[in-house]
Amino acid sequence: MSENCEYRERVLTMDTMNPNVKRVEYAVRGPIVQRAVQIERELMMGIKKPFTEVIKANIGDCHAMGQKPITFFRQVLALCSYPDLLEDSKFPEDAKSRACRILQACGGGSLGAYSTSQGIELIRQDVARYIERRDGGITSHPDNIYLSTGASDAIMTMLKLLVSGEGMSRTGVMISIPQYPLYSAALAELGAVQISYYLDEDNCWSLDISELQRALQEAKKHCSPRALCIINPGNPTGQVQSRQCIEDVIRFAAAENLFLMADEVYQDNVYADGCTFHSFKKVLFEMGPEYSEKVELASFHSTSKCYMGECGFRGGYMEVVNLDPEVKVQLTKLVSVRLCPPVPGQALLDVVVNPPQPDEPSYDTFIKERTDTLATLAEKANMTQDILNQVPGIKCNPVQGAMYTFPRIHLPPKAIPEAKEKGQAPDMFYCMKLLEETGICLVPGSGFGQRDGTYHFRMTILPSKEKLKIVLAKIKEFQQHFMEQYS
Amino acid sequence: MYRLQSLAARSLIAGALDQCTPLTLTSLTGVRHKSQGPSVEKCGQMRFITAEAKVSAGRLGGKMREKTLTMDTLNPQVKAVEYAVRGPIVIKAGEIERYLEEGGTKPFSEVIKANIGDAHAMGQQPITFLRQVVALCTFPELMDSPSFPEDAKWRARRILQGCGGHSLGSYSASPGVECIRKDIAAYIEQRDEGVPSDWENIYLTTGASDGIMTILRLLVSGKDSSRTGVMIPIPQYPLYSAAISEMDAVQVNYYLDEDNCWALDINELHRAYHAAKQHCQPRVICIINPGNPTGQVQSKKCIEEVLHFAYEENLFVMSDEVYQDNVYAPDCQFHSFKKVLYEMGPEYFNSVELVSFHSTSKGYTGECGFRGGYMEVINMDPEVKAQLVKLLSVRLCPPLAGQAAMDVIVNPPQPEEHTFKQFHQEKSSVLGALAEKAKLTEQILNAVPGIKCNPVQGAMYAFPRILIPPKAVEEAKALGMQPDMLYCLRLLEETGICVVPGSGFGQKDGTYHFRMTILPSIEKLKVLLGKVRDFHIGFLKEYSALEMKSDLICKT
Repeated sequence: MSENCEYRERVLTMDTMNPNVKRVEYAVRGPIVQRAVQIERELMMGIKKPFTEVIKANIGDCHAMGQKPITFFRQVLALCSYPDLLEDSKFPEDAKSRACRILQACGGGSLGAYSTSQGIELIRQDVARYIERRDGGITSHPDNIYLSTGASDAIMTMLKLLVSGEGMSRTGVMISIPQYPLYSAALAELGAVQISYYLDEDNCWSLDISELQRALQEAKKHCSPRALCIINPGNPTGQVQSRQCIEDVIRFAAAENLFLMADEVYQDNVYADGCTFHSFKKVLFEMGPEYSEKVELASFHSTSKCYMGECGFRGGYMEVVNLDPEVKVQLTKLVSVRLCPPVPGQALLDVVVNPPQPDEPSYDTFIKERTDTLATLAEKANMTQDILNQVPGIKCNPVQGAMYTFPRIHLPPKAIPEAKEKGQAPDMFYCMKLLEETGICLVPGSGFGQRDGTYHFRMTILPSKEKLKIVLAKIKEFQQHFMEQYS
Repeated sequence: MYRLQSLAARSLIAGALDQCTPLTLTSLTGVRHKSQGPSVEKCGQMRFITAEAKVSAGRLGGKMREKTLTMDTLNPQVKAVEYAVRGPIVIKAGEIERYLEEGGTKPFSEVIKANIGDAHAMGQQPITFLRQVVALCTFPELMDSPSFPEDAKWRARRILQGCGGHSLGSYSASPGVECIRKDIAAYIEQRDEGVPSDWENIYLTTGASDGIMTILRLLVSGKDSSRTGVMIPIPQYPLYSAAISEMDAVQVNYYLDEDNCWALDINELHRAYHAAKQHCQPRVICIINPGNPTGQVQSKKCIEEVLHFAYEENLFVMSDEVYQDNVYAPDCQFHSFKKVLYEMGPEYFNSVELVSFHSTSKGYTGECGFRGGYMEVINMDPEVKAQLVKLLSVRLCPPLAGQAAMDVIVNPPQPEEHTFKQFHQEKSSVLGALAEKAKLTEQILNAVPGIKCNPVQGAMYAFPRILIPPKAVEEAKALGMQPDMLYCLRLLEETGICVVPGSGFGQKDGTYHFRMTILPSIEKLKVLLGKVRDFHIGFLKEYSALEMKSDLICKT
């Protein structure tokens, strides 16, 4: 029916649509994931495959992979959603007191009221205090906190503010390669210039300042570089930045007048011995007023990762530092058009930044659940890297943090022309074949960016240990076959 | 000057920050300094102004460095965005609220925010069944609790089965949870008496606003005279103008007919379209039905005319139908664009591109905070649809709690279910009260000299026309603000009532309005309307006296 357009030309076609939207690419939910969904349907319809289930290791979707929600968080949210439960003796007192406090801050005492566009003030205060605790007492002001619809929303908003100019003066934004493709997608949508700086794969995906210099100098010839995005811990690359490196980045941003955007959504996901998470804000303030009073910084956090994994609630916040006060008014105005971030997500964020304390009844359970989740993730990070590194033709850097491994895969020479014949990037060809033969859904490295001639894939370390072992074994087997077939 | 000073002393001017150009801001600040009113500092834009002062001092103290992101380098489209519903007047209302909390005194004890359709904030109770299902989805241990009804549990189980890992904490597919999309399609078919709805045409959204922005984003292209023009009603809900500014599209105004109950006049559409064609490429027409802020409910005939016009002129139709359950006038009925299009025959139904929007925020549920909503997309080019899915996927998915709430709205308790009676009673009581308040508002306002209010046939707002005396218009101009902004600021300052000036929605030149919601409880609404009446009469008197005085001066 919808194919029937003989009567008149459509208004909205590929030719007439917004060209920036056409340029957007988002591999994490791209063609490979669409095929995975199709295969799932085929399996349900009884079509025979060499496997019985599709394992989606393409996205950091913890609960979908079986991770259990933190009981306390869900108790508070249930209480907020249905306050009659405040009478229920099965709910612990500390959950009730959190829920009452949140509801008192909501219009009409209901999660169903709009909040202020910046987010509920009480929750912003709690976020600010949480940041202060995290950063050893460095002041955080609730007025600088903006709650958001997941971190993605806030990142898009900040980029939207930053994009201006035409031609040579068009805003350039520096992003790491490999990157989380939200960045390239947002830049395409906004018509900004993407400036790629490459992470050093041979050096555990570390960030090299001379590479930043190179990328910047080159970009200056055709655009106006104005922002630098950092993902720490890295997605998809899993590295955790050293304090020294963060200092260097800040010095670079200060010298080159760049707005810093620090994506720190994996801040609790640090597994490797010897690695610690350092927030950009803390390092900035420890570098003294020369930096802390001038470098403009926005840092992002989310309820979707860490030990919570509550992606579906779309909770998150950003903290802005040194933002021009007039621009801040503009930011507030811009977010007001979308009214407010989802209030259940705001409530969830509040419990994340204000969890049970040692003297409260839910404390022990909470700590146990959190520790178990993080410990399991650490174990899976190790296991993944160990197993993958035993496979000939696969080389995997340590998964120091975050939730992914981004191994380099050696593709035999014959595979490349065959991929090209199909019009696919060689690693897309690899991942598609893996999906068709094993039911494992990964994202090809080309979706994140990689050095020319190198190939990778991203997989999450989120499946349960048992399942992860199977996944890794299947990949191993597949890789061996693949090598044999195309050598 | 005296009057400017006195206004400044009453801190009227402060808070209008966003609206003022830098020039007028400076002149206003000048006025403020002269008046030296401490109340100005206290209940003015302290948050903004003092923060700014502090920061610039710090900047001067340290080494001066140009900021990367300033008003000069900011995205100019962002600068152009205006959104009155949460604009300067609301910021000001927030400041007064805080001032009262801190023990400050005003001629009133509370601020009544009638600026936004925020039902729960105005005391409307949530629908029990909806919240039970959401609570069950959130904390599935409650499935064992005997205090939850089986039909709520059944729905929650069904929703959770559609979620990854049976958790609301998983991402859903970007267009939304599949079983919820199917429920929505079934609901639409039922609403439209059998007109087919394909679940793959349904996309869940983060409130309706998100869906509207997304579709507009697809549509905006071209340069100069081929730049996309978007036809919107005037008065409009300012999301549209804000989105158009943000995307740098061309706003094409068509005026609703105030003398005719805000009806849409097809000749006016033609006029607007042809005028716009000279400088842009009109490609979309947006309709809000029932109307926001104007409260009219479109007749079936009028919808047919609009669709025919869109068909003839090759326009993409966006119909904002978030108030579809909010129809109060006995002689009015909601007709969906989709159904009317279908009834116009296959020539239309198979060709006109239509997207209609719905939301959890309005209707009888009023669940704004959950940010739930959906859109149904008809006749969209399949390749463009793939682009739409891709664009949505960048933001991963709409909030799951909002999706769950949407599911309950489209799949409510049925007569044979236990919860039906309570659900039905709650729903009718909300809608009954709204109808009563719609009537009450119109009646009381129309009894005030100098206020003229069209019937509130639907939606949640009254948009009365107000007479503003010439002297007041003059004074507003001297202050660099819209006359109805001056009116609303004074209303806020003197009565604590927060309404939005008509200029934020657009209106015919020389006419003035405000938008107020009809959501406060009946008792509070009566008080509010009484205060508006007294204020208005006082306002007219004050400025008419001024007029006579100046006439006298002129004569002597």
